[in-house]
Amino acid sequence: MNGVYLVLASIFMTALLRFLPFVLWKNRAIPEIVQRLGRELPYAIMAMLVVYCLRNTDFQASFGIPEAIALVVTAGLHLYKRNSLISIATGTLVYMVLVQLVFV
Amino acid sequence: MKRKVIQLAFQKTIPVMVGYLVLGFGYGIYSASKSYGLGWVFPISLFVYAGTMQYVLVDLLVSHASVLEGLLTTFMVNARHLFYGISMLEPYQVLKKEKPYVIFALTDETYSLVVQEVPEGISKRWYYFFISLFDHCYWVLGSCLGALVGSANIIPSKGIEFSMTALFLTVFLDQWKEKQDHFSALFGLVASIGSILLFGKDHFLIPTMILIALALYIRGKRERI
Repeated sequence: MNGVYLVLASIFMTALLRFLPFVLWKNRAIPEIVQRLGRELPYAIMAMLVVYCLRNTDFQASFGIPEAIALVVTAGLHLYKRNSLISIATGTLVYMVLVQLVFV
Repeated sequence: MKRKVIQLAFQKTIPVMVGYLVLGFGYGIYSASKSYGLGWVFPISLFVYAGTMQYVLVDLLVSHASVLEGLLTTFMVNARHLFYGISMLEPYQVLKKEKPYVIFALTDETYSLVVQEVPEGISKRWYYFFISLFDHCYWVLGSCLGALVGSANIIPSKGIEFSMTALFLTVFLDQWKEKQDHFSALFGLVASIGSILLFGKDHFLIPTMILIALALYIRGKRERI
């Protein structure tokens, strides 16, 4: 049941963030600090999310090697090709092969 | 008249269609692999409709996070939507009864399309509406298909969760390239790793988000003086 409330909370907050500007700053100037936070926040949050995804990395059994390889493949491919879909698909596939067949 | 708008809107959304079908599919499989199948994926894709957050939400559900944690995490992950809204205040003034829906459906990818110049002689109102609607459909469709395939256990899905890591990493790299000053990105990295070491991997999101907000606020204040 807690899960349902969690989903509702996420729906509520996402919608709130999308509607708020249209309610709040309809006819008023946007405070400079809000504008600044808006410009800077995404960079820091994306870094946090990458770390968040890697928080369960197992440093005992596989020494985090599958994660490291898949990260390098994803990043390398992305810097080379700049195509998000190719980078994501290849990186994920490499990781799946590693954890299913190599580091079992 | 309307047909022309629909056609043009559809053409414009083709790149997003590919992206949403693939990412949505990945999300659906991932969610189903954590036993949150179609019954969760369909309403979540329909009503939350925020890709990054939906991936994170799966983890929050699995770890039985609190509602407060859900609200705060959604706030931080989706705060950027505030700024999409701000920059669409003017253009979206042409909208009438469809306005609430178009505001609700303003995702990163939709923003990247509607922020562009609307072609001459095209009804802005319906152009914005159909772009938003098409993108929304792609996302719901992709994720539901993923959930069905995931639940059917056709693909050995172990490791599929890396698609989320890879998604965030590519966005992180794109952001890194478009900016000279890397303070925010680096601070985010340091604050998260520091918080994991201090608070442990199950309770580090909230302290990290507080640290990030504080640091950016202080730095913003300082630079203005």
